[in-house]
Amino acid sequence: MKSNPVSLLGPILLAGFLAVAPVRAQDAPAHCEVPAYLLTTENTLPQVENAIKSGRPLDILVVGSRSSTISTSEASAYPARLQAVLKQMLPKVAVNISVELQVKKTAEEVAGDLVKLVEVKKPTLVVWQTGTYDAMRSIDPEDFRAAVGEGVVALKEAGADVVLMNLQYSPRTEAMISASPYLDTMRVAAQQYDVPLFDRFAIMRHWNDQGDFDLFSASHGLDLAKRVHDCIGRALAKFVIEAARIDPVQQN
Amino acid sequence: MADRVARPPLADDADARAAAAVPVALPVILLPAGAERELRLDLFRGLALWLIFIDHLPNNILTWFTFRNYGFSDATEIFIFISGYTAAFVYGRAMLEAGFVIATARILRRVWQIYVAHVFLFTIFLAEISYVASRFENPLYAEEMGIMDFLKQPDVTIVQALLLRFRPANMDVLPLYIVLMLFLPLIIWLMKWRPDVTLALSVLLYALAWQFDLYLSAYPNGFWAFNPFAWQLLFVFGAWCALGGARRMSRVLSSPVTLWICFAYLLFAFCVTLTWHLPQLKFLMPKLIEQWMYPITKTDMDVLRFAHFLALAAVTVRLLPKDWPGLKSRWLRPVILCGQHSLEIFCLGVFLAFAGHFVLAEFSGGGPVLQLVVSLAGILIMSGMAWIISWYKHSADKSASRKKGAVGNADMAGGGS
Repeated sequence: MKSNPVSLLGPILLAGFLAVAPVRAQDAPAHCEVPAYLLTTENTLPQVENAIKSGRPLDILVVGSRSSTISTSEASAYPARLQAVLKQMLPKVAVNISVELQVKKTAEEVAGDLVKLVEVKKPTLVVWQTGTYDAMRSIDPEDFRAAVGEGVVALKEAGADVVLMNLQYSPRTEAMISASPYLDTMRVAAQQYDVPLFDRFAIMRHWNDQGDFDLFSASHGLDLAKRVHDCIGRALAKFVIEAARIDPVQQN
Repeated sequence: MADRVARPPLADDADARAAAAVPVALPVILLPAGAERELRLDLFRGLALWLIFIDHLPNNILTWFTFRNYGFSDATEIFIFISGYTAAFVYGRAMLEAGFVIATARILRRVWQIYVAHVFLFTIFLAEISYVASRFENPLYAEEMGIMDFLKQPDVTIVQALLLRFRPANMDVLPLYIVLMLFLPLIIWLMKWRPDVTLALSVLLYALAWQFDLYLSAYPNGFWAFNPFAWQLLFVFGAWCALGGARRMSRVLSSPVTLWICFAYLLFAFCVTLTWHLPQLKFLMPKLIEQWMYPITKTDMDVLRFAHFLALAAVTVRLLPKDWPGLKSRWLRPVILCGQHSLEIFCLGVFLAFAGHFVLAEFSGGGPVLQLVVSLAGILIMSGMAWIISWYKHSADKSASRKKGAVGNADMAGGGS
């Protein structure tokens, strides 16, 4: 798993980003590298690509559950970090982010509301983070799959690009929440509807295995949550740029 | 419970053929008596128990040695199949010897034992969860912690657990087993009448479950993680093999064509699973095949999983003859002993998985070394326990037979698990 040809791509891409959009030292996270294969996708984001290339503002809507925010400091949660990093990477593009939290709702319940949300906000890109609540409630994976499909189709018909984001890696609750059927289902749905899947689960597990973060620990206060969200925001920014087939070098 | 009964061999057997040749009014089921204990069943059931334990330890490096990572099916299939096989064998004999009512009573007694074991495990689980819930505070996982909300209504939760509707993750096998055992009298009774028709009915039920999406609902919502309507096929198939089916299949099983088909399928499954572990290889999978094949559900025991189990079983029966001397070696003794006392060892394994998870969590996720230590310690404890049970039963049997003569202990032999 470690010696793959694609992994060379990571440092190269990273070097490219760093050269063009230097990240200020105090912003840089300690260590949260993401292997390149977790940030590559064969599915693209044509609307995002168009918006960036034609200099239109990039309006991103994040639809997610409670794991898309940190309850006492929303500004440190990954949507805000995504915006900040994208602005650094794409200085010429206006990046707007709005977050719609759908707490304690299954994918099916959220899917019904997506169209309304998109009609109001007209986003270029919707990041749909889902699966956690469905896993906690053991929703039938088939129903979950249908709901995700319905939501993605609705978003695409409304003219938005979609990135699906799966569950958090949560080792403490692993014995209680069985995540794998929902992870599998989201992978299948992403393939079926040609949308990029941001594999938050695999990325966080990678960090935990590498010792970047100790996600097992019982209490860590806000600090850990902030650092993890910062890293997720960064990884997601890279993922969006990669999926939109944008070369940040040309955008400056 | 140890089933101190000889098992019929999977392949053909001299006794059985002799019995079949006798032209008396024989019952449809043929139970070869006096055959040697089928150690292969114990071996693989013991192995399945070890693998289930290892798979239940989350985030464990040793899971790379369990074969669910190399194909579609996993240890659960082995466990359910062998359970069906031994249960049908033991209680099928009881039904022949003592009649339907007595055999049913014994089966129900067995069901009760499994039920009590399940409730016991649930209590331990509850203790662990309550501990985590009261200690764990991490804003990153505010949402995931919601899974413990059920602790706020213990009245409902505990009743639902007793009704087998509330089952935390990793506690799904025993409820499935309880339901399957409840129907065992019916299954054996039908098998006595027409084994092949019974198997056909089972396939039909499996197909209906897929067609009409039959399932058992769970509490607070959702469904049984192992759908009994689908998984019964494996159990009934095990019973069918035990009651003569394996012997009748022996010609098919010994054909080289079968062997090669099995190998080809196992290789295919291996390649597919490889693309799950190495996402870099995903581009090699044709999209059409993916869309046709995925998801391979465990809940409803996908046909691909069932086929994978069949292929594995066929290859195993072929490559590992029942008189293989290694079966008597003392290196395999621990795993065979575990397989002979499967209910106790299964429960112990689930408990050890909880305990091991707890240890790993307390020591910050544990490095690979700690994972290895915890896994090996668990396996050692399971083997030690199996050895103690075996020793105890052996000496208990001895003193019992000294008192009442060699009546034996048929109830204690009610193995099935």
